[in-house]
Amino acid sequence: MDISIRNVTKKFGNFKALDGISLEIKDGELFALLGPSGSGKTTLLRIIAGLETPDSGSVLFHGCDATKTSVRERQVGFVFQHFALFRHMNIFENVAFGLRVKPRGHRPPRREIRERVMSLLSLVQLDQFADRYPSQLSGGQRQRVALARALAVEPKVMLLDEPFGSLDAKVRAELRKWLRRLHDELHITSVFVTHDQEEALEVADRVAVTNCGRVEQIGTPVQIYNDPATPFVYEFIGNVNLFRGRVSQGVAFMGDVRLKVPDLADAPDSEATAYVRPHDLQLSREKRGEISLMAKVVAIRDVGPVARIELMYPGNKKTYEAHIPIERLGELNISVGDNVFVSARRVKVFLNDGSRVSTPDLEKSVR
Amino acid sequence: MEVKIDPAMQGCIRGPRTVDDLTEPMGVRFILTITALVFLALFLVLPLVIVFSEALKNGLVTYFDSMISADALSAIRLTLLTAVISVTVNMVFGVAAAWAITKFRFRGKGVLITFIDLPFAVSPVIAGLIFVLLFGLRGWFGPWLSEHDIKIIFAIPGVILATLFVTLPFIARELIPLMQSQGTDEEEAALTLGASGVQTFFRVTLGNIKWGLLYGVILCNARAMGEFGAVSVVSGHMRGVTNTLPLHVEILYNEYQFSAAFAVASLLSLLALLTITARSILEWRHDLRVNSGKAGGFA
Repeated sequence: MDISIRNVTKKFGNFKALDGISLEIKDGELFALLGPSGSGKTTLLRIIAGLETPDSGSVLFHGCDATKTSVRERQVGFVFQHFALFRHMNIFENVAFGLRVKPRGHRPPRREIRERVMSLLSLVQLDQFADRYPSQLSGGQRQRVALARALAVEPKVMLLDEPFGSLDAKVRAELRKWLRRLHDELHITSVFVTHDQEEALEVADRVAVTNCGRVEQIGTPVQIYNDPATPFVYEFIGNVNLFRGRVSQGVAFMGDVRLKVPDLADAPDSEATAYVRPHDLQLSREKRGEISLMAKVVAIRDVGPVARIELMYPGNKKTYEAHIPIERLGELNISVGDNVFVSARRVKVFLNDGSRVSTPDLEKSVR
Repeated sequence: MEVKIDPAMQGCIRGPRTVDDLTEPMGVRFILTITALVFLALFLVLPLVIVFSEALKNGLVTYFDSMISADALSAIRLTLLTAVISVTVNMVFGVAAAWAITKFRFRGKGVLITFIDLPFAVSPVIAGLIFVLLFGLRGWFGPWLSEHDIKIIFAIPGVILATLFVTLPFIARELIPLMQSQGTDEEEAALTLGASGVQTFFRVTLGNIKWGLLYGVILCNARAMGEFGAVSVVSGHMRGVTNTLPLHVEILYNEYQFSAAFAVASLLSLLALLTITARSILEWRHDLRVNSGKAGGFA
């Protein structure tokens, strides 16, 4: 079932949790709401579920306005951050709950409930734990019970609030893959909330990045990562180096470097910042073209397949980070204290008021 | 070459620490345990022993006679009636108040919490006086009540009202922190699974609070049966009519019928012991059920 969210706002006292959010979630999609804490993503999820009501705007399920529909009737499966398993019921009863509370006419007979619960428990690989209590399970197991419980009522939409938030790193990574596989099997439209960019980019079909109650960007993980639409998305997703400077008459001045930014030719003179991902910085021993800068290597961390190199420009106290393949580090044969030349493969320049953006063509940007 | 060991370092060199290192020395443990035991013996066990030994001093016959006297039986009946009504009313009120306070956001929440505590802060005698001032002959509603021939003060309704007032906080106070710590997640989960409000309450909330509720009921019951001050003011001490067990004990004692007084007192003590035992048994069975779940499973 597709969901559309139209211009939803929600205030808690003076705090604007959601400020006119609009989103389209496609049928069968695994959609991530990604943002820092306090960005309104959980509020939005709760509004989709019907656990909160928006101050204005509407939520449409398959084209029908569901804003006034109660939680009970929305047929959503909700997985809570701390799982919210019924602590005084065993695992079997937890999963069976949604079936047992159905009105008499729709309630499946006992045997069918038993079969359905057991098949769900085996789907989440917990069939031998049916008679345990939630307190006797590990975090990852509880999470899977919560999923099975939500799936038992055959929801049209699955909503997951920080589904892996309270688990340790290793279990997280495993469950993440498992959730993706489960979604590929069941194809239920699913929305999950997370503050972990890696999680969102790895699992979701599409991601909406939220900040301060607004959507910054919606797109596939690749679009979000490679082509961030706003400075916020740049800084929130992955690491990024910032070069502060000015834009004047179609040229960006960043320290000693000048970049041609024809898109900004008509912009008034203003402060601007260039964003470069660490893996878009190239290092070499010799000067390569006009836009390579000399920098000093201040630290090298060479654990794993990617070497992370901290650089400092003369006269600048801030350090910058470059990520290069470990083999390239061997070829360069650099060590701490050496001088290297740095050039960029890809740069994005934003005016500091956030109004305009330009991707300079680095081949032609020679002064 | 000789290495000098810093005395502060010796702990590390001596090897793994044993349990003894981590607990207090024998002497301290001994003194703490003895203090606790002596205190318990003096203030809990000794009074109980005295109550029962005084009660049985003149033999079993006197003991049972003093209990089946008409006045005593009437006092027992009134006490039980009061307790049943107080517990029932407070159970409904306690759950409703705790539910409202912990599951909703509304204005005046702080005021409500403070008011629930009021009976704890007010002396029981004053609690009784409040009802005399309200419903007594010269009280606010006194003239209207006497016109319609309704008796509250110096009658059973007064006794019940006073007891209700005094026992009001017990169940709510027990449930509020419990429900606050449990939050509203499970109720919300139940709603998303299609449960109605009533189903959510009976299947989820009640299940989660039943032990706290039971404990509150037991405390409330004990207080309802044992309340003296407030009831003493409103009851009028009419034998066989408005006397509860504690009042009956006082009357017997003032009339120098010590054995009878202690016999009735022992009955009250027995009721208290019974409630505590009942709670322990229930708790023990609950633990057993949860733990047996732990043992199974890995087949």
